[in-house]
Amino acid sequence: MVDAPVLRLSGITKRFGALVANDNICLALQRGEVLALLGENGAGKSTLVSILFGHYIADEGTIEVNARPLPAGNPRAALDAGIGMVHQHFTLADNLSVLDNVVMGTEPLWRLRSQRAQARTHLIEVAQRFGLSVQPEALIGGLSVGERQRVEILKALYRGARILILDEPTAVLTPQESEALFRTLSQMVQEGLSIIFISHKLTEVLRLSHRVAVLRQGKLVAQAKTADTNQAQLAQWMVGHAVDAAPRRPAQSVGPTVCDIDSVSTTGGLRGRLNRVSLALRAGEIVAIAGVSGNGQAALAQLLCGMQAAASGVITLQGEPMRASPAWLVSRGVARIPEDRHTVGVVGDLPVWENVVSERLRSTVFSRGPWVRRAAARQHAQRVVDTFDVRGGGLLGPARSLSGGNMQKLILGRALLPPPGEAAPLLIVAHQPTWGLDIGAVAYVQAQLVAARDAGAAVLLLSDDLDEVMALGDRIAVMHEGRLTEARPHGQWSRESIGLAMAGAAHAS
Amino acid sequence: MSDLLDLLGSSAYWVAVLRIATPLILGTLGVLWCERAGVLNLGIEGIMVAGAFTGWLAVYQGLPLWAGVAVAALTGATLGLLHALLTVGLALSQHVAGLGITLLATALSYFSYRVSFPKVNTPPTITPFAPMDWLGLPVLSAQTPLTLLALALVPVSAWILYRTPAGLAVRMVGENPQAAEGQGLSVAAVRTSAIVGGSALMGVAGSFLTLSAFNAFFFNMINGRGWICVALVVFASWRPGKALIGALLFAFFDALQLRVQQMGDAGIPYQLYLMLPYALSILALVLVARRATYPQALMKPYRKGER
Amino acid sequence: MHLEKRSSTSATAFLLAPLLAVLVTLVISSLLVAWAGAPVGRTWGLLLQGAFGSVFAWSETLTRAIPLMLTGLAATVAFKARLFNIGAEGQLYAGALAAVAVGGLHGTEGLPGPVWVLFPLMMLASAVAGALLLLGPALMKARLGVDEVVTTLLLNFIVLLMVSAMLDGPMKDPTAMGWPQSVALQGELELTRLIERTRVHSGLIWALTLALGLWLVFKYTVFGFNVQALGSNARAAAFAGVPVTRTVTLVALLSGALAGLAGAIEVAGRTSYVTLDMSPGYGYSGIVVAMLAGLHPLGVVAASVFIAGVLVGADSMSRAIGVPTYLADVIVAVSLLCVLVATLLTQYRLRWR
Repeated sequence: MVDAPVLRLSGITKRFGALVANDNICLALQRGEVLALLGENGAGKSTLVSILFGHYIADEGTIEVNARPLPAGNPRAALDAGIGMVHQHFTLADNLSVLDNVVMGTEPLWRLRSQRAQARTHLIEVAQRFGLSVQPEALIGGLSVGERQRVEILKALYRGARILILDEPTAVLTPQESEALFRTLSQMVQEGLSIIFISHKLTEVLRLSHRVAVLRQGKLVAQAKTADTNQAQLAQWMVGHAVDAAPRRPAQSVGPTVCDIDSVSTTGGLRGRLNRVSLALRAGEIVAIAGVSGNGQAALAQLLCGMQAAASGVITLQGEPMRASPAWLVSRGVARIPEDRHTVGVVGDLPVWENVVSERLRSTVFSRGPWVRRAAARQHAQRVVDTFDVRGGGLLGPARSLSGGNMQKLILGRALLPPPGEAAPLLIVAHQPTWGLDIGAVAYVQAQLVAARDAGAAVLLLSDDLDEVMALGDRIAVMHEGRLTEARPHGQWSRESIGLAMAGAAHAS
Repeated sequence: MSDLLDLLGSSAYWVAVLRIATPLILGTLGVLWCERAGVLNLGIEGIMVAGAFTGWLAVYQGLPLWAGVAVAALTGATLGLLHALLTVGLALSQHVAGLGITLLATALSYFSYRVSFPKVNTPPTITPFAPMDWLGLPVLSAQTPLTLLALALVPVSAWILYRTPAGLAVRMVGENPQAAEGQGLSVAAVRTSAIVGGSALMGVAGSFLTLSAFNAFFFNMINGRGWICVALVVFASWRPGKALIGALLFAFFDALQLRVQQMGDAGIPYQLYLMLPYALSILALVLVARRATYPQALMKPYRKGER
Repeated sequence: MHLEKRSSTSATAFLLAPLLAVLVTLVISSLLVAWAGAPVGRTWGLLLQGAFGSVFAWSETLTRAIPLMLTGLAATVAFKARLFNIGAEGQLYAGALAAVAVGGLHGTEGLPGPVWVLFPLMMLASAVAGALLLLGPALMKARLGVDEVVTTLLLNFIVLLMVSAMLDGPMKDPTAMGWPQSVALQGELELTRLIERTRVHSGLIWALTLALGLWLVFKYTVFGFNVQALGSNARAAAFAGVPVTRTVTLVALLSGALAGLAGAIEVAGRTSYVTLDMSPGYGYSGIVVAMLAGLHPLGVVAASVFIAGVLVGADSMSRAIGVPTYLADVIVAVSLLCVLVATLLTQYRLRWR
């Protein structure tokens, strides 16, 4: 006999202006089932679960939980109906304790005294039931990423969620932490919870889920029992056509060392520290650094982008000691692609052309004394836009109106295409260059990096996408807790050995 | 030097300290509530003017003194609602919206005063709060009930902030509004409530000047006290207990400069003494700056659904 | 109720918005006039007449507009870089005092030197005074993270007290009958009148030139780009190589200098003395001017004429039928808030749940 589904979405449609983010989506979730929601970036997965949880209101369609309609746009109603959500970007307040974050919203606001003792007991009990450890009085700010995710999960379990939504849960976890998460998930299923998890990692989907639903450009294009599909089929559904793995193009000729990083350490804060990192970047070669984000990659990127100085150790660029100055780096031929294109890569309010020349305004190419050479600047900007096919708004529109992919192309073009009279870049620092892009844009960016390498540049790629690292890296190193392994040639690594190094085992340095 | 010690030993001095501190305590608590919820309320200077005026006017029209305080609180709350509409509802720049409200509230108050009393040479007066002789305690007996209210509101604020679900909600929307939203709270409702409540306190702070410290409404009465409260909140690390200490410390020096001015040598111009409160506030800000743990969402407008 | 970003800024919204702002301002102010017991239509008529109704009225309006243009430019420069300079009032007075210190008659004679040396020196001194005053809070913000709003506000009070002390002491005018005012400016250093028998002076030319110059700077120079990038997104600007500390410092110096010049030009053009009430809040009104102008230097000219007109018109109207002059302050404050809301509504649509 078939039980009624615990969750049913019927005809969910959501538009943002002209963009149809969700198009008539119909899904059902059974009790005790793990449903994977698969799709590329921009396919509409996050929108759909946000509608489910009440962050957005659907334009059309209904949601039923245990055959009862769910009021739209009301996270409180979703919570009361037993839906819990573990967001991709954790919704936790750093300055408050674990208990505070969990308890908040569970007690009526008019109550004169918060019942913390009971709450603490209940929290510990729930944690034990699902095999999670918890320190109720610890401040969130001091917790690791894995620990924070556990708090996010506990928030939902504490409230008695029966339907749990996880949005890209393994994006920020090491392979070992991911294993721990998977064990927790199976524990939850045993307790009768139903789970929807969003992912774009095919191996995970195949391993964890009972059923898969694939979204593409807002539409539900396929649903299947996981046991009945395979990786190739899923990839094809995701992209809409057969996907061939692009053949690897190894480096042809490796030149002299362009940038030498010697025993560099940094101090400091959120970005993670570097601990005596050494690396040589050579012309005509891509060095790819793997690692779960948060282990020091950002610090290394900051150093090489000129945003921070090393506390100890030496970095030389073509023999010269490197200065912590973006302007100096640009003038010496360093091309930088930052991790965060929206908030660091471009100044959103300024027009596209100004963003294209923003790094070089102070040079004589685009300025004469205090005055900007507007004609020359616009001409170069047009060249970049044409060569790199940056679409949307023309030269004069504000940069923030560009889509993610086009913005990344602007940044790439700015970095890789030198103004007239200047030489091609000799070092390219690319920090998560394909994050958040659709498959077409990812392929484009990767091709550009390879082309730059073939033209003789040294390329440093920092990526938490293991597939990308293995596809592009001529030499690969792994970052863990601020330490960098030796950069060994591609052939000397396997997925397993990289995974182990990402978790800190097998330290070869 | 012995003059100074005599001064510090005299109860009259400490009476003055508490009197000067009262509007600062109330105003600082008001700003504290707004900022804990993540909103900078620069309307405080104007709200204090408006509270001073409307509270006094109500009493002048015949209402009892506590009703005047209530009217001042209501005025503050209304202006707070306007501020919330602009900064929470419309997510306008908190700096500019606040300054706009200060300008508006001040202008409306002065305009209304002039319309109500067109041709007066000496400002009309009321009978203010009487000192609480029945209390029988040193220093406190010479104060008016509003001072007791201010002192009582400190532990009450601390209790609400740290021990009740409502206080936790306020702190959460000031640290991470997305987290609050994800737990089923309405960020807009919580922020608006905090701003309205805090602004009511600011209104009462203003009314202290016209209903207790003095008995009439003067132009330029507030004279920057609102801004000093904004500085004191940072100094207090957004904690009610420290806000009390900060206000008392400030009042200590303010009372001191008044007295020293009177007994000091003729060589130092009196303006230098009057500068001290403002200079001290700047100093306090500088000293605390490095260690300040701001509510993390302070001054970041929250637009629901924009992720 | 929540806001939804508009996909495109409709032209109608763009035109309708300021109109709506004006309408709301008109309604609210009219209600106040009615409450004051004055005939609404006649009040507005007198106000408009007093502001723009004759050559004399225009001259008064323009005279009032001059310091507003300069403090408006000061606010524009600073706010464009997200440096919230609320201290223009103090910087104005500091500039005025510096001007009189250099160009004033100390005793029977001023500082020795020909006019073409003293005049620029006087202007320079006032610009420097204003600039230095803002430098402190700007550095405190850059190095220590101290919010500049409160520090610049508090400095205003300190500066005014300093001026008062100076007027009681070293800079006191020996001829004034107990009224606190400074020594007078040398006659030759005063600015010339533009129109006979009016108070409009060549400070207007200064203000207009500076507005034009600032517009050119923002549009065509690297520094202008740096400021706009910094004010829009400091992290991205730093990443692109904009020298952050240097730019903020220059912005602070420029903004303070403009406010200081406002003080000097007021002294040299209108008052010849420094008094404690020579500025009825020009520093603060300059912020309103800048916001109304959308932080555009040329818009500052128009906005300052508007606000000056309101102030002058209200004075004139008040003398005629007695509605308190504070009506002008209300109109200014309401205009500010209305323009803010209206501008927002051109970019976002209001959605009710």
